[in-house]
Amino acid sequence: MEHLYDTQIKDLELKANEIRETIIEMLIEAGSGHTAGPLGMADIFTALYFHILRHDPRNPDWPDRDRLILSNGHIAPVLYAAMAHSGYFSIDEARKTLRKFGSRLQGHPHREWLPGLETSSGPLGSGLSQAIGMALGDRMERGRHSNRFFYCLLGDGELDCGQVWEAAMLAGREKIHNLIGFIDRNNIQIDGFTEDIMPLEPLKEKWEAFGWHVQEIDGHNFEEIVDAVNEAKAYFAKPSMIIAHTIPGKGVEFAERRFEWHGNPPGKGPADVVAKEAQGEEMLRELRTLRGRIKSEHE
Amino acid sequence: MNTVPLDPKIFQSDVPGAPIRKGFGEGLLEAGEKDHRVVALCADLTESTMMHLFRDKFPERFVEMGIGEQSMAAVASGLAAMGKIPFFSSYAMFSPGRNWEQIRTTICYNHVNAKVVGSHAGISVGPDGGTHQAIEDIAIMRVIPRMTIIAPCDSIEAKKATLAAAQYDGPVYIRLAREATPVMTVPETPFSIGKAQMFFASEGKLAQIGIIATGSVVYNALMAAKRLDEKGIGVKMLNLATVKPLDQEAVLALANEVEAIVTVEEHQRRGGMGSEVAEFLARAYPTKQAFIGVDDAFGQSGTPDELLKHYHMDIDSIVVSAENALR
Repeated sequence: MEHLYDTQIKDLELKANEIRETIIEMLIEAGSGHTAGPLGMADIFTALYFHILRHDPRNPDWPDRDRLILSNGHIAPVLYAAMAHSGYFSIDEARKTLRKFGSRLQGHPHREWLPGLETSSGPLGSGLSQAIGMALGDRMERGRHSNRFFYCLLGDGELDCGQVWEAAMLAGREKIHNLIGFIDRNNIQIDGFTEDIMPLEPLKEKWEAFGWHVQEIDGHNFEEIVDAVNEAKAYFAKPSMIIAHTIPGKGVEFAERRFEWHGNPPGKGPADVVAKEAQGEEMLRELRTLRGRIKSEHE
Repeated sequence: MNTVPLDPKIFQSDVPGAPIRKGFGEGLLEAGEKDHRVVALCADLTESTMMHLFRDKFPERFVEMGIGEQSMAAVASGLAAMGKIPFFSSYAMFSPGRNWEQIRTTICYNHVNAKVVGSHAGISVGPDGGTHQAIEDIAIMRVIPRMTIIAPCDSIEAKKATLAAAQYDGPVYIRLAREATPVMTVPETPFSIGKAQMFFASEGKLAQIGIIATGSVVYNALMAAKRLDEKGIGVKMLNLATVKPLDQEAVLALANEVEAIVTVEEHQRRGGMGSEVAEFLARAYPTKQAFIGVDDAFGQSGTPDELLKHYHMDIDSIVVSAENALR
């Protein structure tokens, strides 16, 4: 994986915007689901599915693929949207079936029903342990020089779970070189801001103390996302954690930074800026007319 | 159904004993020798759960988890996702006691091939007291779809159960006891997952009472069956090693034959093996049933014998329960 050219950055930004649109279309159709986290993670998922991951959407069981383990399963809409845009299934299936009866796109991911998912998740705190298990299984087969990578995506609120730290200790002890975590550091959880609910800081130092190589990045900057993964891959002695600072609701101005949008879909969010019945259309309008805005913030 | 071959010395007083968990340790070692995909995880109780036999032979296939049972279940799920066959062990109180949701979601819902091994189950753990006496584990595992539950009755059966679990594709909970238990079965005693075995059948008289027992108290149930027979009461006794899926054919055949059934387990009455039997028979063939188990209480410190007597799981109590059930 090489450093990004400017044209690649532009392409990824456009793709991320398409994915955000699909997320909002999915949530409008579903009438329930999480908005803030999926929008905030759209850039990282775009970077993963369209640049970083070694995968083959036409052959989801390809043994040599990298593994992406989504621990905070409630941001499933961004995972489904990225998978659909990659070609695992049609964008139409994503738009029309999320959370519907009989759908392969369950409210929280269900591995058994949807090819391309590595695990089922939703109950928080278990993904990192599973990623470690997969990486240890990989090491037993291919040794310490394996070049399959195991990416685990975690929410920041999820770090309240004790199990995450059980897993953090284990990965540190095992020095798993091909384990790369992303923390969606968006500072919100259902009941409020993370530092009010259960303070996580100093977060970088915590992970370092558990034996991890830790980087902090702007989770909306594709160069930083890709560079951080390149550095993590080059770092052999420890597992890597990338703390990605993200803006919840990113891309839709009236939803940004507001924890009230954590678990609500368009139409059910806070109505102080945009009336509930207009939220869906307004979100799509912002995404469709402000293409390029995300890039300009980082210039 | 014919009785299965058992150790001919079993009704003598000096029958040799061995911990059920020892059979697990030996079985896991053999499973590991037969299949390189078998791996093991333990939460800081490697010798207690007899997993050290495997660890010492296959250190590269063993993961020491420290005291982290929740993570252990999910790490096992990840190993299974990579094609491994993980067995993960601790005391039953902690696994599956503490990590129920991880077992439900990351193993059973996820449909991966991982095996939960809960040692030191039941009140016969003894002096450690109520905190360490898992008597709810069958109930919490029984309600999870896809979970198979095996409670071996002695060390030889535990070894067979472990080897069978390694070959079976899907989640299994193996329930083990700490204390030395008389070894009733012999290598020739058949074992297969989902099949009950007839351990005792009165000769020359109709069976009036059916005893169904599982795990460490099967020996007491067998002795009680023998004593009832000597008292002139016709009895048949099933060893129900696999609690789930229930061997419906065997249970139904027994219910058809007898006037009442007594279920015997080192577990809460509520939600345990007796409940599995009762839920089935209530639909299929309503049968009078007595439940031997702990009656909505916690355990406590004591010797295993004291505790088994106190909670009415000793031979005398089983005989009395059976006689009362016939009244």
